[in-house]
Amino acid sequence: MHNYNLTHLEQLESEAIFILRETAAQFERPGLLFSGGKDSIVMAHLAAKAFSPAKIPFPFVHVDTGHNFPETIAFRDQFVKDYGVNLIIGLVQDSIDQGTAVEESGPNASRNALQSVTLLETIEKEGFDACLGGGRRDEEKARAKERFFSHRDAFGQWDPKNQRPELWNLFNGRKAPGENFRIFPLSNWTEMDVWQYAKIENIELPNLYFSHSREVVDRNGSLLAVSEFVSPRENESPIEEVVRFRTIGDATCTGAVKSNASSIEEVINEVAASRVTERGSRADDRRSEAAMEDRKKQGYF
Amino acid sequence: MTEQTNYLDMDLLRFTTAGSVDDGKSTLIGRLFHDTKAIFEDQLEAIEKSSKQRGDKNINLALLTDGLRAEREQGITIDVAYRYFATPKRKFIIADTPGHIQYTRNMVTGASTANLALILVDARNGVVEQTRRHTFIADLLGIKHVAVCINKMDLVDYSEDAYEKVLRQYTDFASRLENVTDLTFIPISALKGDNVVDRSESMPWYKGPPLLYHLENVYVGSDSNHVDSRFPVQWVIRPHSDEHHDFRGFSGRVSGGVFKTGDEVTILPSGFSTKISKILKGEKEIEEAFHPLSVTMLLEDEIDVSRGDMIVKPNNQPKISQDLDAFICWFSGTKKLTKGSKFIFRHTTKEAQVIVSEIRHKVDVNSLRKQEDAECFDMNDIGRISLRVSQPVFHDTYRRNRNTGSFILVDPFTNETLAAGMLR
Repeated sequence: MHNYNLTHLEQLESEAIFILRETAAQFERPGLLFSGGKDSIVMAHLAAKAFSPAKIPFPFVHVDTGHNFPETIAFRDQFVKDYGVNLIIGLVQDSIDQGTAVEESGPNASRNALQSVTLLETIEKEGFDACLGGGRRDEEKARAKERFFSHRDAFGQWDPKNQRPELWNLFNGRKAPGENFRIFPLSNWTEMDVWQYAKIENIELPNLYFSHSREVVDRNGSLLAVSEFVSPRENESPIEEVVRFRTIGDATCTGAVKSNASSIEEVINEVAASRVTERGSRADDRRSEAAMEDRKKQGYF
Repeated sequence: MTEQTNYLDMDLLRFTTAGSVDDGKSTLIGRLFHDTKAIFEDQLEAIEKSSKQRGDKNINLALLTDGLRAEREQGITIDVAYRYFATPKRKFIIADTPGHIQYTRNMVTGASTANLALILVDARNGVVEQTRRHTFIADLLGIKHVAVCINKMDLVDYSEDAYEKVLRQYTDFASRLENVTDLTFIPISALKGDNVVDRSESMPWYKGPPLLYHLENVYVGSDSNHVDSRFPVQWVIRPHSDEHHDFRGFSGRVSGGVFKTGDEVTILPSGFSTKISKILKGEKEIEEAFHPLSVTMLLEDEIDVSRGDMIVKPNNQPKISQDLDAFICWFSGTKKLTKGSKFIFRHTTKEAQVIVSEIRHKVDVNSLRKQEDAECFDMNDIGRISLRVSQPVFHDTYRRNRNTGSFILVDPFTNETLAAGMLR
């Protein structure tokens, strides 16, 4: 008797590929938001599969805060070259220079929230009608309510109380001029699924995800890497720690965790045993209980 | 190493939760997560902090799923929240859906992809209109397994009589359902944790398993149809490169049956027949494809095939018609459906114009009685209509195939999704 059961990873893979193809079919000018983090790398890998042997039929888009780890940028540039896709970069610095975004001040200033402004400006400038993102519903409680095809009005805003119902595999990407969609092929994946998939597919990930020695400061419980963007304050003394990053984002708000996990297998074991969510080390989510929802309403990823 | 092998081989159960407002759904999910240790320390810390802030006596586990500001303010769930957890036995995707009547459409959304429905009933109130509505929706959406959790047993002194009373009320009502074949009742207290993960010591009269045990072990035969081969073409891959000059691949997700290399196939609507020369999964060649795999098919002959076409087997073809008979659930609060209404019809990978040719009847979800004289559909109305589509639709009945038997209606002006439909 034949076994027609798929494992849950095979199911998630087929679902994500379906969403990626549906995006190509329903939209005129989609873009794939690529941050150099593991979720966007896995999404890009799935996109390559979805359209193989043709090239991925849309450009990659990076909203760059200017506060990146240098490793992220190097990885991004190599990746884009390997996949033969176009890269469009939206610089937060440009938005600040134009006066459309204002740099935060104060001790915990971050450019993280300003990314929304630059993203919306990039969408408008490039005429994107859909942006694929690597967001997962298990990351955060506002994301848990987001659709695969998430409609944004002409101001780029998400209206969580008025989302389109999403049934079966039928995705409604119809929109009025000026409106656009955020599309999340990895909606149903968990952090563990992403790691396990990276392992079985031999997907290369940036070194930042694996343990290394680095100078950090402990700020409100987040271990922030000392860099040109984060310098120790008066009461803080930098320490050398063996760390890795569970998420990779803006260097000013992405905390490292102490870890000896230096291979994918070790990371998987660590994730399985972890008692803290991966965004627990993100200072941007700690600002208030509804921090993510508020940013999304303003057009965040 | 065994642990990882287990993880990779793990089975998936998708279930949806439903119940009336304040039946304690969010509390139950919070309890499942808390007792299976799926809540992380930072999440628990955040919930503890806001419970204290709100002046709640115990840790308010509902705060784990009620993620939107408005939900926290009103203390109700207003949108489907998707949750993920795994035990050593199974991996679970939960669609936690709201009970409040104006959000019934979200219940339908959650149920459309679920294998099992978990329905909560307040032991003090028994079966109410929302319970009937949700059970009926689960049945209509083809869910075969229903677990009825009779909650708040702590508030009725863990009384067997109270449990029996609700069980009788529910069974009475459920005898009229069509698709539900497995009905299980469990007395619980989500707040106190009785019979959720651990067996309750306060209800020795209950001999069945706790809820989690049931979820881990319930046999959910594959929902997939492996008999009727259906492949709606989603996207045509043409690389236009020197290396793959003549490559034409038809990609999509198998919606039913099995396709093998060498199989003779027919393309709809053209009716041309050819053979499958190759099946690709990503860049890898595979021998056969079945639901729900996303693949790319190559055909022996050069035939014009595009998005919206369907690849099938010559001796097993779907129904082909412009006139359709369907059950629908109407979602919109601002628009009504009447005879002659025009919409956009989305089915498999196809989009077309549609007109309502007839309203047959509405169903009163309390009595399950037909209402033959209905003239329009309002928000949350469920019933049977006839449709005329601008082009032939290749379809099966929803009962036979969820993928080729389902559709949505979209507003041509606002682009809102107005209704979900199931073909008969």
